[in-house]
Amino acid sequence: MTNTLDFFVLFLKSAVVAGTPLLFAIIGAIYNEKAGNLNLGIEGMMLLGAVAGFQAALSTQNPLASLLSACVFGALGALIYAFLTVTLRTNQVVTGLALTIFGSGMARFWGQNVMGQVLSESFSRYFRPLSFPFLAKIPILGPILSVFLEQDLFVYFGYAIAILSGIYLYNTRWGLNLRAVGGNTAAADASGINITLYKYVHILMGGALCGLGGAYLSVVFVPSWQENITAGRGWIAVALVIFTSWNPYKALWGALLFGGLDIVGFRIQSLNIPVNQYFLRMLPYLATLMVIIIGSIRKSSKHNPPKDLGNAYFREER
Amino acid sequence: MRKRFKSLFGLVLAVLCLTMVLTGCDGQGGANNKEEKVKVGFVYIGSAEDKGYTYAHDQGRLYLQEKLGDKVEILYQENVSDADNSSVAVMQSLIDQGCTIIFANSYGYMDYMHDIAQDYPDVTFLHCSGSKSADNMLNYFGRIYQPRYLSGIVAGMKTETNKIGYVAAYPIPEVVRGINAFTLGVRSVNPDATVEVVWTSTWYDPATEKQAAIALLDNNCDVIAQHQDTTGPQQAAESRGKWSIGYNCDTSEVAAKSYMTAPVWNWGPYYAEQVQKVIDGTWKPENYWGGMEDGIVALAPLTANAPEGAQEKVDEMTAKIMSGEFKVFQGPIKDQSGNIRVPEGTELTDEEMLSIDWFVEGVVGTISSD
Repeated sequence: MTNTLDFFVLFLKSAVVAGTPLLFAIIGAIYNEKAGNLNLGIEGMMLLGAVAGFQAALSTQNPLASLLSACVFGALGALIYAFLTVTLRTNQVVTGLALTIFGSGMARFWGQNVMGQVLSESFSRYFRPLSFPFLAKIPILGPILSVFLEQDLFVYFGYAIAILSGIYLYNTRWGLNLRAVGGNTAAADASGINITLYKYVHILMGGALCGLGGAYLSVVFVPSWQENITAGRGWIAVALVIFTSWNPYKALWGALLFGGLDIVGFRIQSLNIPVNQYFLRMLPYLATLMVIIIGSIRKSSKHNPPKDLGNAYFREER
Repeated sequence: MRKRFKSLFGLVLAVLCLTMVLTGCDGQGGANNKEEKVKVGFVYIGSAEDKGYTYAHDQGRLYLQEKLGDKVEILYQENVSDADNSSVAVMQSLIDQGCTIIFANSYGYMDYMHDIAQDYPDVTFLHCSGSKSADNMLNYFGRIYQPRYLSGIVAGMKTETNKIGYVAAYPIPEVVRGINAFTLGVRSVNPDATVEVVWTSTWYDPATEKQAAIALLDNNCDVIAQHQDTTGPQQAAESRGKWSIGYNCDTSEVAAKSYMTAPVWNWGPYYAEQVQKVIDGTWKPENYWGGMEDGIVALAPLTANAPEGAQEKVDEMTAKIMSGEFKVFQGPIKDQSGNIRVPEGTELTDEEMLSIDWFVEGVVGTISSD
């Protein structure tokens, strides 16, 4: 290790990468929950997107086809969930869990014939990290910028999604309507908002984003298909939504923080500091618990979940 | 209308149940008629297509089928968790389907299998990588540390930074023994090199294992070795233009530019031999820990990425290991703090190797206790 700054820059660069699948999943979950639907199927939709993106990448060698396929299959998973919870008004928790089980089983089944295969170099070229040599010449600021800028295009896409989602939610009429749907469904209905349409559209959008989050792992990062490639990241996203208080801008920091926590253990070990490995692997989960505890202590209504989150809406039952 | 639908549904269900019962009986009767066909069941921790640990076992299953042909019928169940008792139901179901020989390939199945073995004295149980045995149960494993030592030679000759990264799973003797053997191999050709260990606490999480390898590469390591069942660490080396050593099976196609070689399993001959013995009635519950001389473990062919001269050195040591002239854990061996742990003229016994909990000199890293 040449110096401390280098160490941190390299660590943070990897943290951004580790946080990217989380970022997509968190924002996907925010859309679900802003529409008043608690979706525990994030992990399942991520896996569907991961396998669909990988299959498309392998057969077409086209990055756009791969991302589109990940979106479509993430959204298809969400469609099952939306049909059950919005139209049939089933219990959201149980339906979400079922979606996770379905998604991981489906991904395992569909991915069987490509297990262990690797995407070609001509494909991976599209997602190679950009490099800006001039950044190295700027003292202090240069290395800090390089953490966020010397990344692949998919990561940039993640930044864009987070910012656009923030603008959409807080600065547009549709965003306001969406927040009303999750905040007080009956009132939103009374004001003439098409509840069913809003719920469907945003649950599907959320599913598409979760699919992209999964595809980042299988298509860009690993880039090879292995079973259960998300390994529980979808669950962390579910908790992180609380940490970010349902705010897409804060999701950027949440994803970076948890991406960092996920890999900080390896960096500590590589410095040969003796810390128990089990403790290090516990960190993201420990932090998740802390987040939920702190979230429940904060009294400001700004950090509250959408009021009608988790409730099935029956128009007649007002 | 609704009522009629219900009764119709009930009728269909009843017919379905009946068919299942009937075909079930039929199947069993059929099996009894074809005499002497032995049913063998395999319980796998992972997917047969994982291109890793379970894949290697599955290759053994295919070899068994080919070798014994009509004499055996093989069933297998993939992705059976060993973190809970789900293997019990799987083994039970395999026995119910007529299996009289059961193989199970993960450490965590051992206690459950040992219990079940008491209930079914007529069934033969073979468990991989554990220690318990019974009148109808044995344990088998391979001395994978021998080819790991050889892969260390390749890594030691290849490294330019003299720092080799090792992505390790859990601090159990099997993994510690592998790291030690690898490091002894590295230091036999390059006494200045160190082996830096990072633990992932995973067996199968490609993204996490790749991140662990990236941490090592960022720390200036230029060869990456691993003890997990995915190719994540090799992908990391590949993406950085550095070198890698695989595990379980030949992965030269997966990481063409970085992969040099890998310690690999070859279970087939052992499986065929054991099943044949059960058929012949000569099977005995003798625990088995075979080495390169038995062909159960080997070093995969070196690729063009391997350093010059490595092949000769590997060949030389392979011959010595096969003939028993050289033992990987023969003295003098120092531990991390420089104390002699294995004096000259002695070697570690099997018991000592199976419970090893210290690192040899040259390893940078610590072993966490539970």
